Amino acid sequence: METTLKTSKKRTGPVLFSNYQQADGIKKAIELSRENILLELKNSGLKGRGGAGFSTATKWMLSAAANAEKKFIVCNADEGEPGTFKDRVLLLEYPELVFDGMVIAGFTIGAKTGIVYLRGEYEYMLPSLEGFLNNMKEENLLGKNILKKEGFDFDIYIRLGSGAYVCGEETALIESLEGYRGEPRNRPPFPVNTGYLGYPTVVNNVETLASIPHIIYKGGEWFKKNGTDKSKGSKLFSVSGDCRKPGVYELQWGTKINELLEIVEAKNCKAVQVGGASGVCLPKSQFNRSLAYEDAATGGSIIIFDESRNMLKILKNFMEFFVEESCGQCTPCRVGNTKLLEGVENIEKGEYTFSYINKLKELGKTMQAASKCGLGQSSPNSFISILDNFKEEIFYSNRKGIKNVKA
Amino acid sequence: MLKRENIRIPVSQQALIVEKPIDTTSIGGTVTIQINEKKVSVPFGTTILDACKENQIHIPTLCHHPDLCIAGVCRICVVEVEGLRTLQTSCSFPVTSPIKIHTSTEKVRKARRHIIDLLLSEHYGECYSCFRNGNCELQSLAKEYGVDGYSFGHILEPKYKVDKSSAAVIRDMNKCILCKRCVRTCIDLQEVGVLEAINRGHETHVGTFLDKPLADVICINCGQCINRCPTAALRANDPSDEIWNAIDDPKKHVVIQTAPSPRAAIGEEFGIEPGHSFTGELNTALRRIGFDKVFDTNFTADLTIMEEGTELLRRLKKAVVEKDSSVKLPQFTSCSPGWIKFIEHFYPEYLDYLSSAKSPQQMFGAVIKTFYAKESKIDPADIITVALMPCAAKKFECNRPEMNASGFKDVDYGLTTREMAKMIREAGIHLPEMPKSNFDEPFGNASGAGLIFGATGGVMEAALRTVYELVTSREVPFENLRIELCRGFEGIKQASIKLENCVESYNFLEGVELKFIVAHGTANAKKVMEMLQRGELSDVHFVEIMACPGGCLGGGGQPIPTSEEIRRKRAQAIYEEEEGLPVRKSHENVHIKYIYENFLTDGPCGELSHKLLHTHYTKRGKYIS
Amino acid sequence: MLVVEKNNLSYEIERMVKEYGSDRQSLLQILQAIQKKYKHISDFAQQEIARLMNIHPVEVYSVISFYSFLSTEPKGRNIVRLCKTIACDMAGKDAVETAVKRELGISFGETTNDQRISLEYTNCLGMCDEGPAMLINEKVYTHLDPEMAVNILNEIK
Repeated sequence: METTLKTSKKRTGPVLFSNYQQADGIKKAIELSRENILLELKNSGLKGRGGAGFSTATKWMLSAAANAEKKFIVCNADEGEPGTFKDRVLLLEYPELVFDGMVIAGFTIGAKTGIVYLRGEYEYMLPSLEGFLNNMKEENLLGKNILKKEGFDFDIYIRLGSGAYVCGEETALIESLEGYRGEPRNRPPFPVNTGYLGYPTVVNNVETLASIPHIIYKGGEWFKKNGTDKSKGSKLFSVSGDCRKPGVYELQWGTKINELLEIVEAKNCKAVQVGGASGVCLPKSQFNRSLAYEDAATGGSIIIFDESRNMLKILKNFMEFFVEESCGQCTPCRVGNTKLLEGVENIEKGEYTFSYINKLKELGKTMQAASKCGLGQSSPNSFISILDNFKEEIFYSNRKGIKNVKA
Repeated sequence: MLKRENIRIPVSQQALIVEKPIDTTSIGGTVTIQINEKKVSVPFGTTILDACKENQIHIPTLCHHPDLCIAGVCRICVVEVEGLRTLQTSCSFPVTSPIKIHTSTEKVRKARRHIIDLLLSEHYGECYSCFRNGNCELQSLAKEYGVDGYSFGHILEPKYKVDKSSAAVIRDMNKCILCKRCVRTCIDLQEVGVLEAINRGHETHVGTFLDKPLADVICINCGQCINRCPTAALRANDPSDEIWNAIDDPKKHVVIQTAPSPRAAIGEEFGIEPGHSFTGELNTALRRIGFDKVFDTNFTADLTIMEEGTELLRRLKKAVVEKDSSVKLPQFTSCSPGWIKFIEHFYPEYLDYLSSAKSPQQMFGAVIKTFYAKESKIDPADIITVALMPCAAKKFECNRPEMNASGFKDVDYGLTTREMAKMIREAGIHLPEMPKSNFDEPFGNASGAGLIFGATGGVMEAALRTVYELVTSREVPFENLRIELCRGFEGIKQASIKLENCVESYNFLEGVELKFIVAHGTANAKKVMEMLQRGELSDVHFVEIMACPGGCLGGGGQPIPTSEEIRRKRAQAIYEEEEGLPVRKSHENVHIKYIYENFLTDGPCGELSHKLLHTHYTKRGKYIS
Repeated sequence: MLVVEKNNLSYEIERMVKEYGSDRQSLLQILQAIQKKYKHISDFAQQEIARLMNIHPVEVYSVISFYSFLSTEPKGRNIVRLCKTIACDMAGKDAVETAVKRELGISFGETTNDQRISLEYTNCLGMCDEGPAMLINEKVYTHLDPEMAVNILNEIK
């Protein structure tokens, strides 16, 4: 069936899915000074929800401190990580959170322009999102002198991607916005100093921005009541794969994988991929681990595999993905991923030695250390974790014994 | 603050601009860092690579090139910076705080070795069958890191067809390691824009518009990409086998002309430091190889000055005296075939501004197959003319269909410095050991004016020496004839000389400020053309443009590697050689006087000159069908 | 291409460059607009864009070749992109794939003779909880089964 804007579904959750009235956060922000917003944010302990987990307050402070004639807020809606779809839900069902978050960010760092980089695959959302932005303009939540606050000007426009996973990397995203190939830049300099068109730019994930209005309106203290010591607040998990209730769930940071599996009614679960194709694959023995920055970190993607799945085929699917989606500029990622894929194919054919496998794992470590951006740095994760955690299945058992050899 | 509005280069390909100190410990503009166990102070914003170089710590590089902006894509130069999770590329990392760097930890060594292994796995071919054997950066790295096998396999079948369509540049993408130096050369350095990265991921390759053959796109054949390619992916179209055949054929009279720039650089191919000319040694070597005559291109450089200078004076007269508004000024030089193809593609509507004089190479070809053939009573059909040039574009130029004024192909082969060195080595000759000898008559002694054509500004300097003297009957008013206004590597130089006390026939130029511009590299040529388009050159009389950075001495046929430092040394060698010559003005060359008295009897720009020494250009445009 | 077509295309591109701006940062938007209207970006269109934006044609080609949703080769009126990433794969993508290929008589990467449909694979569509999923032009269809997918394809013009 065709997917369009859904508003009927009522979700509940401790933070993001808690009650929020559009513009409440903006109104509160105007009352606070820019410094106090930053303090509130710092107090909340909010970290980037895209996966890297950089402190949002620090990012904002750096660009707020930068002295420039223009600054930009970019909403990273290039959600491409396999198994991730929380941004889709936020943009379709809670656009007010995302856009209010951008307005508050603009107010705080002194930016007048916000850009939503919406992945090309989500083009169907464009009419509803633009309609929503128009309403905000009519209500003076965007435009000049927002809510009659003198000099508080902010506008948001939406730019579409064109089918390139790597553009989710913030500097590749900026290159793409500038009309270039989405090839990640050298860092430093960082976007907070030299970003879009060379101006200070804050690039935040959709979910990060959606957390902002809650934090500003309800306070950092309220926000950090949820979560763990090092991972404050809650997280949206995109759950897919072998379970009865796939979908987006808002859970506290620190939730155990076991608990999550119970909530989504997963049976006969053999493995859980935490963090999408670029994340790690955990076996049953590690299901008591917590989902948190300090333990099993994730941008929210949880893919569940039951006993019938062939782990090698899953790995092959991931590696094919990276071979195609690498931007192709740096050696470790461009060539390294093809070597890892070749390795998987050789294992499939039974043409391997363990010293060869170990050499590939070593190569994976180099890719993690020496690749230019997060794509190449994380693409070996599944290779290493699947070969380590499922070696009995892959190397020791007769694979024909697995009942369903389909991935 | 980096402004992006008018810059077309992706930030990832631009030099780093560090805005302000991030760390307060960087007082006085320097930062004290620790490299391995050593504490050193470096200027704020220095890259780790430069900091290491300053302190004699070797870091391998591949995509880095001193002429180009930073890419950070090959990753071979990674180092460990304490406190950072991942390895950092030293070429792109600016030092802004007192960091601790480790350049050779296990992690670093493993990463570098892996990167070399990965590149080798996709690098088609074997070193012993490669023309860059012994001068390949990938090979050197493999040696440096003791590679003795293919850890991740080795490609056995070529993935791409070798593009041999161009008369000048051959592209073999099977040997490409995607350092993108050629891309940065073509787009940023030269602003020609023929090469870019195509596709994504594992399918990425360097390609042309629609992956068309090089001959079908707007390549100007400058060959600068070849000079910066670390492997054998780019090379010049080598005619040396055909030249050997001609030499071995007793019926053929094989004549070679040598340009000044190869002579100032060929020593580098034999392990000599840049900055030494081997003119006399080369003459001996060429005769030993079997060339029947060795001539000096400087002779036709002098001839070019006579023709081009006369043409300029005629244009000035038409403009000043006859008030002829159809006269195109400034007059642009036409010696650089890369520049000619550049203007034909990018500014076809301005071809009338070009001097119609042929380049020295083509003038010589025409003169050899007419005047020389007649004087020495040899059938021009039996003469093979070879031109030793610093240039890749000369190969295209000699194949232009209009270049047959003698009734034959005026210049049969254009040979680069690199290819010449290869022929000399093949003949078992070590050039630096050769005794010196002179050029052959009847073009034996050229002037120094012709010699300095090799450096940017040289044509202008040579032309000024002659034009000024023709107009005023006095030498140019500069000490030792050194017109410093024309020298140096600034991208665009603008200056003027006042013409006073002119002789009677040129009194229409009395008091005129002769304004001229010298530009090198097509990126600068583009700027000059944009000035022309905006009407800012209406009071300029003469413009010298060379397609290659540094002029011919930095040409696409010169020894590899290249850098501004190397080019400066070559220029120095040329200027030093020039000062030692007895004749330093084109019009004082006795052979020039002789040829105008006995062959081109109706003088410079006369009827025969026009037939043999002048040419026309083609409006090519940019559209690729 | 006929001269009239070329002129129309030039005019259209000029209009787009005017609308989006001739700065480099407008390039992707212009390419997307042309792709949408003409289902590909022809050699001529690429060079016109380069001319109007004062960049090199090879840069335009380079950018097009980087992005999966842009193409230099003509495509059918409708582009069908089936997600092949893990969750959709596990949810039964193979069956949908086989049915669609059989029904249209073409493979993925090909276009039907009547130019009605081009079949392509795509990576994750962000519909992992509702797989298998496919995009038809910009619309997304989820919870596909082979019969349903074929019915949807048969309905599009």
